[in-house]
Amino acid sequence: MRAAVSALDMRRATSLEEALKIIRDEKRMPVAGATDVYVAMNFGTLVPKQFLDIWALDELRTISSRGDTLVIGALTSYTSLIQSQLVADRVPMLVQASRLVGGVQIQNRGTLGGNIANGSPAADGVPVLAAVDAIVVLRSADAERRVSINEYYTGYRQTMMRADELIVAIEISPVEGKQWFRKVGTRAAQAISKVVMAAVRAPSPRIAFGSVAATVVRARETERVLSSGGSIEDAAETLGRELKPIDDVRSTAEYRRRVSVNLLRRFWADTE
Amino acid sequence: MQFVLNGKPTTLSANPAARLIDVLREECLLTGVKEGCGEGECGACTVLIDGEPVCSCIIPAGQVEGTEVVTIEGLGGNHPLQHLFMNEVGAQCGICTPGMIMAAMKLGDAPTLDDIKTALAGNLCRCTGYSAIYRAVLKWKGMPEPDTAGEMSVME
Ligand SMILES: Cc1cc2nc3c(=O)[nH]c(=O)nc-3n(C[C@H](O)[C@H](O)[C@H](O)COP(=O)(O)OP(=O)(O)OC[C@H]3O[C@@H](n4cnc5c(N)ncnc54)[C@H](O)[C@@H]3O)c2cc1C
Ligand code: FES
Ligand code: FES
Repeated sequence: MRAAVSALDMRRATSLEEALKIIRDEKRMPVAGATDVYVAMNFGTLVPKQFLDIWALDELRTISSRGDTLVIGALTSYTSLIQSQLVADRVPMLVQASRLVGGVQIQNRGTLGGNIANGSPAADGVPVLAAVDAIVVLRSADAERRVSINEYYTGYRQTMMRADELIVAIEISPVEGKQWFRKVGTRAAQAISKVVMAAVRAPSPRIAFGSVAATVVRARETERVLSSGGSIEDAAETLGRELKPIDDVRSTAEYRRRVSVNLLRRFWADTE
Repeated sequence: MQFVLNGKPTTLSANPAARLIDVLREECLLTGVKEGCGEGECGACTVLIDGEPVCSCIIPAGQVEGTEVVTIEGLGGNHPLQHLFMNEVGAQCGICTPGMIMAAMKLGDAPTLDDIKTALAGNLCRCTGYSAIYRAVLKWKGMPEPDTAGEMSVME
């Protein structure tokens, strides 16, 4: 490990109330499954040395329905998402996405809350949440607020979450229409996505992409073309203009644009 | 830090932010836990926490509080799957072997080749080409080998 262990300071919270008080009073970075935090630390790219371990907060690990809203605790692991009948019934594409995150070891520790908070534009869970307009529930010691996942990111790895807040849950309203998810990477397991698309086919289609911009994005103009009765050809052309992907080590902008357009066509054909 | 390690109640005063792999190797002297990549990619450091395979290189040691941890040493050195890895030549340099075996521990009865590939998808091997590993696991579970050689060699 690049960081000297003696310089690291980790406190462990055993209840949500305690955790929220600690991050109100002390500047600490939350650690859930650590699958992003400890990779960054081993890499030497992580600055904070003060951590708050929230892994023990079992109250954030429940999956339930409240009325017709699906409520997923922030500490829910991919393994739990894969095993949940409720999630399979309501948001089957979240199960699909979870199966493609890392290998079993990562699925056992990686959490949905961590995937959101980490803020990577390549996070596989986030396009799914964006396509179903999920709500992120943030709580501090004195208040709770709800933010749409589609307003949650303010820039590359920048989010609305304050340092004294934790993500406690993700809420998803009933999803009408066929769900569709594809991850394009170098191989199914372990690979960071080159392009991810999650979408819902309904009179007003909802289409989200990961890895094509600084944040996960909804393709709003393309959605408008389709919901106003435009052809898939028009939609494909609009998407090609709308997305502004970048070149990086995993892929080129042009490749990503073409794959995205192909995915859109595939989605449309598959969900007819 | 109190937990059960390979069946024995254990108390340690390690920094809870230390990596579990370092605590296991350096303080508990369980050097069967291997480090390949140190970033969760290769699975060489796989141990079981409460029966679930995890990468000990990216787990803060403090997170094992109150849990049961099993490393390759916890299998006792005479486990049928260990023998099968030797007999089928599922181990060459051996760096990936403890992690492979620990990841395989989670498999249920009568796994298909696909189940095995999924269970071991987080474990990389640079030497064997995987087919000998899959063969060892299939034999351990009393499952026949698929007759198409191609199926056995690729890791998706
Ligand atoms: C080998 C490997 C493969 C991977 N493959 C994929 C993949 O295919 N797809 C993918 O999307 N990701 C992948 N990841 C990344 C990672 O596993 C996921 O992003 C995971 O969901 C992160 O969750 P965590 O609980 O481990 O987060 P942590 O590492 O604990 O935390 C990540 C960030 O979120 C913050 N945080 C965590 N929980 C909360 C909370 N409740 N409230 C506020 N802030 C919080 C932390 O402070 C930190 O900034 C992979 C990682 C590895 C090591
Ligand atoms: S050493 Fe832990 S996954 Fe490679
Ligand atoms: S035997 Fe050498 S890495 Fe698998």
